Amino acid sequence: MNPPVATPFFFYLLAGTMLIGGILVITRRNAVHSALALIAALLAQAGLYLMLYAPFVAGVQIILYAGGIMVLFLFVIMLVNLERVQKERQFNKQWLVGIAAAGALGGLFITIYTKGKGIFLDRAMPSGLEAENTQKISVLLYGQYMFAFEIASLLLLVAIIGAVVMAKKRI
Amino acid sequence: METLLNISTLHYMVLSAALFLLGVIGVLTRRNVVIVLMSIELILNAVNLNLVAFSHYWQSIQGPNALHGQVFAIFVITDAAAEAAVGLGILIAFFRNKETINVDEVNLLKW
Amino acid sequence: MQPIIDYITSYLNSTQTPGAAGNFFWAFVYILLVFLGLSVAVIAMNWLERKILAHMQVRLGPMRVGPHGLLQPIADAIKLLLKEDIMPAEADGFVFWIAPFIVVLAAFTVFVVVPFGPTHAITDMNIGILFMLGVSSLSVLGIVMAGWASNSHYPLIGALRSSAQMVSYEVAMGLAVVSAILMTSLHGLGLYGAGSAGTGDTGTLSMIGIVAAQQEQHVWFVFKFFPLGLIAFFIFAIAMVAETNRAPFDLPEAESELTAGFHTEYSGFRWSLFFLAEYSAMIAVSSIAVTLWLGGWLRPFPNLLHGSTWDLVFNLFPGITFLFLAAICFYSTARMPKHPYFKIQTMGLAGFGALLALIGLVLFVPAVFVRVQDIYWFAIKVAAFMYLYIWYRGTFPRYRFDQLMKVGWKILLPMGLGLLILTAVMGMRSELQHWVASIL
Repeated sequence: MNPPVATPFFFYLLAGTMLIGGILVITRRNAVHSALALIAALLAQAGLYLMLYAPFVAGVQIILYAGGIMVLFLFVIMLVNLERVQKERQFNKQWLVGIAAAGALGGLFITIYTKGKGIFLDRAMPSGLEAENTQKISVLLYGQYMFAFEIASLLLLVAIIGAVVMAKKRI
Repeated sequence: METLLNISTLHYMVLSAALFLLGVIGVLTRRNVVIVLMSIELILNAVNLNLVAFSHYWQSIQGPNALHGQVFAIFVITDAAAEAAVGLGILIAFFRNKETINVDEVNLLKW
Repeated sequence: MQPIIDYITSYLNSTQTPGAAGNFFWAFVYILLVFLGLSVAVIAMNWLERKILAHMQVRLGPMRVGPHGLLQPIADAIKLLLKEDIMPAEADGFVFWIAPFIVVLAAFTVFVVVPFGPTHAITDMNIGILFMLGVSSLSVLGIVMAGWASNSHYPLIGALRSSAQMVSYEVAMGLAVVSAILMTSLHGLGLYGAGSAGTGDTGTLSMIGIVAAQQEQHVWFVFKFFPLGLIAFFIFAIAMVAETNRAPFDLPEAESELTAGFHTEYSGFRWSLFFLAEYSAMIAVSSIAVTLWLGGWLRPFPNLLHGSTWDLVFNLFPGITFLFLAAICFYSTARMPKHPYFKIQTMGLAGFGALLALIGLVLFVPAVFVRVQDIYWFAIKVAAFMYLYIWYRGTFPRYRFDQLMKVGWKILLPMGLGLLILTAVMGMRSELQHWVASIL
């Protein structure tokens, strides 16, 4: 088992990409630029999952999120992209209240994190974490969480039917 | 400096909290519906990052088979896909009626 | 100095890929080799496509630039690099600029996990096939952005059609791939060998693991549970042609339909990036098909025709292939017109033939052909797929877009689902028999 290499460098690189992508998502005037920034953030998140020894979740993130959901977003953006929307006001009237609420939430996070910093003790990670990741996830997914798996597939069926019905011109 | 260089679960939690805050600001302040939906995806990703980071921490305590956080993250991604599809369907239906994508103007039921 | 040399030579006896062994130097060398091989393959594909298509249409193709047009790809590359770089006036600059890069990135990153041999891959990820399918689906994003950023209706319609087609056929591809992955966990031997869940072994998503499973089960997955493996292979073969927007599914980029579709507004170097990405994607999905169904780097009949003499016969194939190509070159040299205008071309062709003969002779040396075996068989199988791609382009008429979507959703998807269920039933039939017997 190889020890991880240059962990702080890659962590800060990927974390910086995610944060910059997130800031660009919420501040860009053009929705397509926001979507591109979100794609960059999602791919950086897949990299972070790989650093956390979760290759299967990283693969699912790339296929589903970056390759599926973002394509859906881009289609809809191209469908509803109006020129005049880009020239209008981008932020709504209660933006100050919104930022104040987010600031309060941030304060809550900072309080909790500084109080509970010492909880995470440094333990040694077991070896061979990535060799059989998919197999172990499948044991859990089809064993302990089988019911949730079936419910998730039912949910997807309902979502597909709902999206098709709502986007049709004549039902 | 020592805490900055030694990447632990706390770092992932702080990153996840920062992304969550960015998503919340996006949802609360933007007028464009598509960007609000993308901020919701940002929130869900922040939560996923937290879950997988805790699964990584939990593996050091309970052994290499404690992947419950990753399974939960997979379910969250599935739900995010379903929700994005339904949300965008609603957006298209509303756009067809009112020719606008600003959340401020979705006020037909307002007194 | 000595630690560096130790670092470099310590990998040479390893049984892992450089990525798995953590050796940066050799991983970098492998990346360079794959990149080089891919570039040479794309250039060769360009020439081969034009010549083979021409000969199928009873004409000659490029003949002027080098002997038999061999230098045509280089002339094309120089022309494309020297063309004016046009950007439409109202186009979105940043998105227009970045779209070709995303497509090329997606097409090239896929080759990180492609296995040319048991240790000849850049890395062996635990989720190999998932990674390949996921990253190749990122090229849809690049195409959508290219179509939108061009700010013109032909590219927009072409991009929407192309991405809708790619997304539809990804589903069919995924189901065929799942059926093949299922076969990796069924560890009985031979065509109809049935594994049982109690053996304790599980299947694997890693590309090297899939070929190792085929090696261990003594059968290529295209022949396993005949005809189930064959039908899964056919579903994938059709879906992969649609996935890469090639004939007969090339409505989004056909010249007579949409004036080149999503890359209409791109000129010069940017257009060549799309073209490079298309050929790389073709090679990538062919690699998936070869790894999953056709046994990857395994030579034909390793168990039926075993023993040292048969091994030697199969080991001589690389050398024989290159000598055959050299013989074709020399034959064409003899048939060149004996006119002073053609002197340089004749000498060039003879020189090229001599180079191929030299490579063929080098490949007869035992120390060389032992190392090259796996790569050769993999490359030959992928080359067969490339020939099939060109053959399809020369033979089939184009699908109309609604026919295309009908084939993807209404024919390939139900077939894939049914095939998956049948494969699972075939693999578990001993358990099913016990269960049925316990009920009755």
